[in-house]
Amino acid sequence: MAEDDFDAIVVGAGPAGSACAYTLAKAGKNVLLLERGDSAGAKNVSGGRLYTYALELVEPGLARRAPLQRRIVREQIMLLSDGQATTIDHAEYGKEAESCSVIRATLDEWFAAEVEAQGASVVPGMRVDGLLEENGRIVGIKVGEDEMRAGIVVACDGVNSMLGQQAGLFGDVKAHAVGVGVKETIELSPAVINQRFGVKDGEGAARVAIGCTEGISGGGFLYTNQDSVSLGIVFNPEQAARNGRQIQEIFQDFKLHPAIAALIEGGTSIEYGAHLVPEIGFHGVPRRLYRDGFLVAGDAAQFGINTGMIIRGMDLALVSGLAAARAVLQGGDPGPAYMAQLEQLMLLPNLRAYAEFHGIFGISRIFREYPDLANEALRFLFTVDGKVPPPMIKQLKAIVKSKVSYAQLARDAWKGYRSV
Amino acid sequence: MSIKRLSPEELLALDRFAVDEGNPHIVVDKAACARCEKRPCLVVCPARCYQQKDGQVHFEYAGCLECGTCRVMCSDQGVTQWNYPRATFGVTYRCS
Repeated sequence: MAEDDFDAIVVGAGPAGSACAYTLAKAGKNVLLLERGDSAGAKNVSGGRLYTYALELVEPGLARRAPLQRRIVREQIMLLSDGQATTIDHAEYGKEAESCSVIRATLDEWFAAEVEAQGASVVPGMRVDGLLEENGRIVGIKVGEDEMRAGIVVACDGVNSMLGQQAGLFGDVKAHAVGVGVKETIELSPAVINQRFGVKDGEGAARVAIGCTEGISGGGFLYTNQDSVSLGIVFNPEQAARNGRQIQEIFQDFKLHPAIAALIEGGTSIEYGAHLVPEIGFHGVPRRLYRDGFLVAGDAAQFGINTGMIIRGMDLALVSGLAAARAVLQGGDPGPAYMAQLEQLMLLPNLRAYAEFHGIFGISRIFREYPDLANEALRFLFTVDGKVPPPMIKQLKAIVKSKVSYAQLARDAWKGYRSV
Repeated sequence: MSIKRLSPEELLALDRFAVDEGNPHIVVDKAACARCEKRPCLVVCPARCYQQKDGQVHFEYAGCLECGTCRVMCSDQGVTQWNYPRATFGVTYRCS
């Protein structure tokens, strides 16, 4: 039998791959971390918020060293309608921020350099083309004509995970289980960002928006970076296809909504990206995440949590990369050890806690009728035009009835209740 | 500069691409696309690599953002091959 070139080969230098390779290399393992982009982060797009506990879990102090953008201190929810917007803005003063906005090109490149500093071989510009299999065991990878062997291959190759599919662990991603995200990065001066979002230097806001998708299940997001904002929408692709209007057009409408345009006015668009996002949480995770000589972590394992207000992916990627590394370091059978680590590190328990939440996104009226209803009701309550207003309760009932029947309202409330 | 609606071309012009000339990473079967009635690719591809001209689906891989949406949404075997571009090719993000 041929000798191994490495103790471990980790494919993909995103948060999962780098967390895994970092932990393994720190423990003295001979690790190869491969990345298909010219540098780590070059192929990656994220909304832009990382919950930093996960970096601290990989190694205390890592979050302080990381090139993070702004500490998120304002959580905002926007209900958009044609020509109207309602914004809810929450802040807890004096509380330490739990998350930061990030730019992946910067963050991932930094983390890959940290991995290298721990002694791993980090090689960007390498697309892994296939797996080496011997006697039912994955023993390495193929890059073009080259073969490299290792005691374990950890696939952190993203939401489309070609390697997980090649390993036979799961089939291709299903359309109902993902969202397609589009995003524009818009440059703005730090002072303007501070002023428009009511934050100090180093602090930022995160915003989600509903009512900007033409009724398609999905929502808008906005994250403030140091000197730019990340603005985007995630769409359910099946509903988008049925809706029939190009998603880029819907996104541009969102950008130009008066409530959004005012936030980015004077800015310069500097990048446009798109990515698939695991959307259905626990129920989207493949049943098998390992086989002999092979583990799957991060987006490749479809780890994601979306409650409508909380959107998590990168933290779960970091935690799962750490779990994979710990499983390998235990020295036994890494597969079952990996699943045990995912429990111990609270990743799977977290996914289970939100398991039914995606049911909320099955309430179609959340994406048009309810934001409209809120805006219409508030418009009525704030209107003073010198005329005698209609009786308040009667008018509010009329506004509700113009958008939704009481039967629909009751059904949606029940469905929402069941989901959470 | 002020914020304005950007055309598909203007959006892609913001990004850096290295096109692997003559070596498409996605292969589309024109005959299958001709039979397809729903053509979700026209709507959901964030880069608008799929365009309809004279009733036919035309595919251009040069501006592909490598998201995978077309593969996931194509239900009529139109996308016969989907892979990431070879190393050093495709899109490179700097500030996403």
